Amino acid sequence: MSDTHAHSVAFVRETAIPPSPAPVNAAGPIKWMRDNLFATWANALLTVAALYFLYIVLAATLPWIVGGLWTTGSLAECREILQGKSAACFSVLTERWNQLLFGFKYPDELYWRPGLAFVLLFFAAAPVLFFDMPRKFLAFTVLYPFIAYWLIWGGSILSPIVALVGFSAGYVAYSKLVTRNFAAGFFGSVVAAFVVWFIGGYIVGAVASENPMLEAVPSRDLGGFMLNLMLGVTCVSLSIPLGIALALGRQSSMPLIKWICVIFIEFIRGVPLITLLFVASVMLAYFFPPEANVDLFLRVVIMITMFSSAYIAEVIRGGLAALPKGQYEAGDSLGLDYAQSMRLIILPQALKISIPGIVNIAVGLFKDTTLVSVISMFDLVGMIRGPILASTDWNGVYWELLGFAALLFFVVCYGISQYSQWLERRLATDHR
Amino acid sequence: MSTLTDPPKESFRLSMLLNDTRYRSMTFQVIAAIVLALALFYIYTNLVANLQAAGLNISFSFLGNAAGYDINQTLIDYTSQSSNLRAAAVGILNTLLVAVLACVTATVFGVVAGVLRLSDNWLVSKLMAAYVEIFRNIPVLIWIIIIFTIMTAVMPSPRDFRGDDPASSMLLDLFAFTNRGVYVPGPFFTRGIGGADGSGFNWLIVIATLVGSFLATRRVTARANKIQEEAGQRPKTLWLNLAIWLAPVALVCFIMGLSWDIPALKGFNFQGGLKVGGPLIALWFALSIYTGAFIAENVRAGIQAVSKGQTEAAEALGIRPRRVMSLVVLPQALRVIIPPLISQYLNITKNSSLAIAVGYADITATLGGITLNQTGRAIECVLLLMLFYLVISLVISTVMNVYNNSMKLKER
Repeated sequence: MSDTHAHSVAFVRETAIPPSPAPVNAAGPIKWMRDNLFATWANALLTVAALYFLYIVLAATLPWIVGGLWTTGSLAECREILQGKSAACFSVLTERWNQLLFGFKYPDELYWRPGLAFVLLFFAAAPVLFFDMPRKFLAFTVLYPFIAYWLIWGGSILSPIVALVGFSAGYVAYSKLVTRNFAAGFFGSVVAAFVVWFIGGYIVGAVASENPMLEAVPSRDLGGFMLNLMLGVTCVSLSIPLGIALALGRQSSMPLIKWICVIFIEFIRGVPLITLLFVASVMLAYFFPPEANVDLFLRVVIMITMFSSAYIAEVIRGGLAALPKGQYEAGDSLGLDYAQSMRLIILPQALKISIPGIVNIAVGLFKDTTLVSVISMFDLVGMIRGPILASTDWNGVYWELLGFAALLFFVVCYGISQYSQWLERRLATDHR
Repeated sequence: MSTLTDPPKESFRLSMLLNDTRYRSMTFQVIAAIVLALALFYIYTNLVANLQAAGLNISFSFLGNAAGYDINQTLIDYTSQSSNLRAAAVGILNTLLVAVLACVTATVFGVVAGVLRLSDNWLVSKLMAAYVEIFRNIPVLIWIIIIFTIMTAVMPSPRDFRGDDPASSMLLDLFAFTNRGVYVPGPFFTRGIGGADGSGFNWLIVIATLVGSFLATRRVTARANKIQEEAGQRPKTLWLNLAIWLAPVALVCFIMGLSWDIPALKGFNFQGGLKVGGPLIALWFALSIYTGAFIAENVRAGIQAVSKGQTEAAEALGIRPRRVMSLVVLPQALRVIIPPLISQYLNITKNSSLAIAVGYADITATLGGITLNQTGRAIECVLLLMLFYLVISLVISTVMNVYNNSMKLKER
């Protein structure tokens, strides 16, 4: 058999031909370009148009940025050096960075205090954002608001301590009484906290020394990007518990509670934030007792918190509605009461579903803090449009300042949205 | 045999108010009602005391008084002698104008960017991703200010157009982009009803003609659908519809003698034509590109929500690749896109209140800004302002929900 075969074929190759490389056009960057950039005529045209657009944008901005000046004292000096060339005058940033970040009234020598508070914010936020970390780090998160308040506003250390003691008293009362029932725990904690604050208020008033450890800074001296960050962080963290309460209230079977929540949420969502800020600046003062002097910062915080809590409530309501009915029934059949089944079964799942939505609201809210410049608070945008552009040195430096503001907001907001996407992937426990 | 007995009658105890589910919700609601009433009463007494201390009262009579300030861009007749109410009406119309304009352009930007982001072209899809990320992550107020700065600080002043060798020239000799606004040719009617003053009425006639054309084309489409269902062949409606849209309007315009008023440099400024102010353009354009980025994301999500099987099914049926998008994917994607689109339109309307930052005379700037500051009627003005936005929001969401319901999958 093999004999005949061997005779019938003249040549049999015994080794495989070494693989030759793919044709140049079918591999490597050329193939990639052919597939992704020049697949069809229309695609090729689009690519050329996009390249041309990129060229125009980069040709206009790159030389302007690269040739920028960083060390002059005023715009006039910049123009003198540039002599008609088009280039940026970044010296406004090097000269006025402190005003852009901290506002124009915050005392220079105290910049380390908000700076430190900002650094500590990362340590406080980390255990909340990355829940792999040991839970005991959360203790610092709980303490952070009081530390940050004391660092930024200064004054007597007793006031944040009294506030903290009040909260702790409330927590102790809650954990003692909640074993009996939730309502007793809730009202007991509120009463305990108020008693402590009431007594503590007198003590602080009596003991407060003339020379506190940290010099007091009034709220109206806050400004710049610090103000945006403070408003954003404060209002978002305050509005999450409020939003949860509103969402639960809206789902409640008690008609009165339900309608209060519905009217509140729909009213807030129907009006622009600007009108609520108008309320804060011109109207809210009428609603407080005449002798109370509630400063503008606090009034703005109240209104923005109300605003964002309505939006967060809607997001959480979506999360609650997305849960299968069986989860509610499971809670009931285990014999858990309302508070227990919400805390242990419903909310952990509903909040997980609503995290991307909440982060979106948080980013939107942080961007909306720039609106306070309209009611003449000097946040980052307010500083740029007010004191800096109005000064004789820097009148006309638009693009450097606006670009800087845009960059700051972009970095923060893009960072948060990337975090949200990471979190979504992390939390996706279903197998897909 | 045991006899059926009633359950033992429980006597009512006070603790049942908290522990018995029959009474508990009542207890909580009564407590809530009392707390709410107390809070409202507290606010009310504070308000009364504060108003008394400031010597103020709540009254809306200021709306009838002369406003005493000028508005640079108005859609209806307005002078500084007009009432505050008239100023508010000017503001309302300006708000609606910029909201409608921005909604239209934002939808265009959003749909184009959203579709291009899914393009096979790597460079284009990355460029669109960059557009979306950059515009979404920077506050709209900053965009408004940036575009307003372009309109005021970069655009040439009218005197640059002067001379034999001017620094700037008009686009096509029809449009002038200056730092005082953009001048475009303005249409007017030479033989209109009611002379030159009755231009508003003439425009109503044009609009009525367009509405008539719209109704007629709907009839044509309905008839085409009917024929298609009965005979299987769809009659060509494109040319007929185009004719119905264009011919009556053209005829009306010809009869009333439509002509264009082209802006020209006279003295220190351009005269004639329509002036579109810088603030309006800044607000319009900024709202459009900012919201367009959000709409692009909605459009992308909507298209991706249509399962790949639909595209493959369409290809298997032999539908040409170009028509797969328009006939199969987009109609299904639209159902996913419309609800978020509604909330983006609401956002545009609410964000148009940022007009106050660039001095565009919308309702926030007139009623909530100058009128409030001049009359000192803070509470009344802010309440009216909120009422207006609430009504607008309700109207938009109602209209769009009706549209959404008509587009929704009809499950039988």
